[in-house]
Amino acid sequence: MALDFAKGITEIRWHGRGGQGVVTSNQMLGKSALTEGNYIQAFPEFGPERTGAPVRAFLRISKNPIQIYAQVYHPDVVVCIDPTLLEVVNPVEGLKEDGVLVLNTTKTPEEIREKYGFKGGKVVTVDASKIAMDILGRPFYNMPTLAAVIKATEIVELKTAIETVLERYPGKVGDLNKAAMERAAEEAKIG
Amino acid sequence: MSEKFDEIPMAGNIIEPGNAIEYKTGGWRAERPIHIAEKCLWVKNGTCGLCWIYCPDNAIRLIEKDGKYIHEFDYDYCKGCKICYTECPTDAIVMESE
Amino acid sequence: MTAVKKIPKDDVVIEGLTGDAAIAHALKQCDVDVLAAYPITPQTIIVEDFQKFAADGEVKTKVIPVESEHSAMSACVGASAAGARVATATASAGLALMWEILYCAASMRMPIVLTIANRALSAPINIHNDHSDSYGARDSGFIQIYTQSCQEAYDTTIMAFKIAEDHDVLLPIMVCIDGFILSHNVERVEMLPDDAVADFLGIREPVQPLDPNNPITMGPLALTDYYFEFKEQQDRAIKNVPDIFKRVEAEFEKMTGRSYGMFETHKTEDADIIILTHSTAGGTAKVVADTLREQGEKVGVVRLRMFRPFPSEEIAEVVKNAKAVAVFEKCLSFGGAGNPLAMELRTALYHLAERPMVTDFVIGLGGRDVPPTTFVEGYEKTKEYLKKGEAPSYETLGVRK
Repeated sequence: MALDFAKGITEIRWHGRGGQGVVTSNQMLGKSALTEGNYIQAFPEFGPERTGAPVRAFLRISKNPIQIYAQVYHPDVVVCIDPTLLEVVNPVEGLKEDGVLVLNTTKTPEEIREKYGFKGGKVVTVDASKIAMDILGRPFYNMPTLAAVIKATEIVELKTAIETVLERYPGKVGDLNKAAMERAAEEAKIG
Repeated sequence: MSEKFDEIPMAGNIIEPGNAIEYKTGGWRAERPIHIAEKCLWVKNGTCGLCWIYCPDNAIRLIEKDGKYIHEFDYDYCKGCKICYTECPTDAIVMESE
Repeated sequence: MTAVKKIPKDDVVIEGLTGDAAIAHALKQCDVDVLAAYPITPQTIIVEDFQKFAADGEVKTKVIPVESEHSAMSACVGASAAGARVATATASAGLALMWEILYCAASMRMPIVLTIANRALSAPINIHNDHSDSYGARDSGFIQIYTQSCQEAYDTTIMAFKIAEDHDVLLPIMVCIDGFILSHNVERVEMLPDDAVADFLGIREPVQPLDPNNPITMGPLALTDYYFEFKEQQDRAIKNVPDIFKRVEAEFEKMTGRSYGMFETHKTEDADIIILTHSTAGGTAKVVADTLREQGEKVGVVRLRMFRPFPSEEIAEVVKNAKAVAVFEKCLSFGGAGNPLAMELRTALYHLAERPMVTDFVIGLGGRDVPPTTFVEGYEKTKEYLKKGEAPSYETLGVRK
């Protein structure tokens, strides 16, 4: 029997590399959801923390207190913030058929669907690498990819997420991330 | 040593400082130090005092009274450890069986 | 002390905090006089955050960075002896290094709050969660409370001081969270206003503090003549804990509307099989029970909070009419008659003329994930054993074998 242990909970899995800020963007999305009145769990999968090693982070969002404490096995949303990781990890593993796949890539949603044979739900692509290099001048793909997640899922308002990021990074870094997020929300392609 | 658990202070705390004076250890003594005044430098001219310095139980009293120097053992607390006997440079202390 | 009042909703601050950060914020509000600690994963954020509060002048606490956990607990004992409100934090090997002084803290009746991010013991070295560390310290004389959520960790840390410092208790207390699963998990936490926590706790009133003007001796020698009597005192003190715990929780509930009990029961009334576990696994177990109930299974959960003193009678009362109790625990007692949690339960049930069957599943060692399916597996096995009328004394679940 297939039992659903996550009723009423939106579950998100992030893929990134150590040092790219996947834990932080996961927390930013979580805190934004919290601000909008939800209960959350935002937790990373910790190993020996090494820069460049593949890392995952998980998020649960619910209107009610969340009781389950385990990794996310069947996410509603999968996010991958590093295009080079797509050769290492399988982003659609466990993803629900009607789930949302958000990737930092130069490819189109159609190309991604074909590559992974993912037919249902939504595929969202954004060239967060270019946006980050253009605006931040450094390979911080996490916040622009976060903006694409929000555009696709509408799980929180972009405004809330930007405010959360500005609170965490006041000053110039925050302002640049804001610009990157706004541009990513515009450019993200849903297909 | 007959107090029950609720008749003694918490956790073994000793709440009256300096209460070791109530515990007379003279009974532990197998040998008793005897003082020979004729050989003692303290009695002779108020010097030395090594026995007083070394005694671990404060059981030696060096008294100065009316220009005279007096040496006393406090047998309530002297355990007969022989340290004074060993340290005395003029053999003014000898040990005797109790 | 002023009467406890319900906190108005607008005075509550809601934040996203990790388990470690929630504890650090609680410690900050508890007006701790001395905090002596040594960093160890996954507890590190507790002390890091607290050090930041101290550096920023947000607390008046004397923070003592020591060179080891043995020294951390020693410094805590010294400060507590002087009448200070004292806290520290550790995990795993750090707790193991504290071992000798844990017993001193409890025997000398020092109400120290020790927060623990439960982590496996070496070897092989492992930074993830299980309960081998604090289970091992179960006979040290500390009170032990295990918490499920960041909110509960925050609340319990505040209550811990009031329980430990009560004059009928005067014992140190461990507040445990699951390493990484909770310590690094951001959740919604409702924080109380500073003055509400200050009013709730008051100032510690030490019974026999070290005081140069009224000198006393602590921790002296006691041999065959008196030692046993002091253990009798200690044993009676820990038996006072449930009453004081209930009183403190009742007061806390008046203020916040929240209380947790020595254990939480979930759908146990008519349950044929009751799952006994604690910490974050207790949360997952409740979700499993809810899901299985929808399939018509009569299953409930007892989520233990207080492991020391163990609420034997109360738990026996709750589970005695079930057909089986399935224990899920994150510790192996190598070569033991049972593993720690099941052993407590079996002892608690022994006096009953008719006892439920007890099955014991060792799960999640070294942070191995415990998904709901692990509970379902144990539940199905327990049903099988009930049919057969016998069960193995324990088995491991979730290990490749």
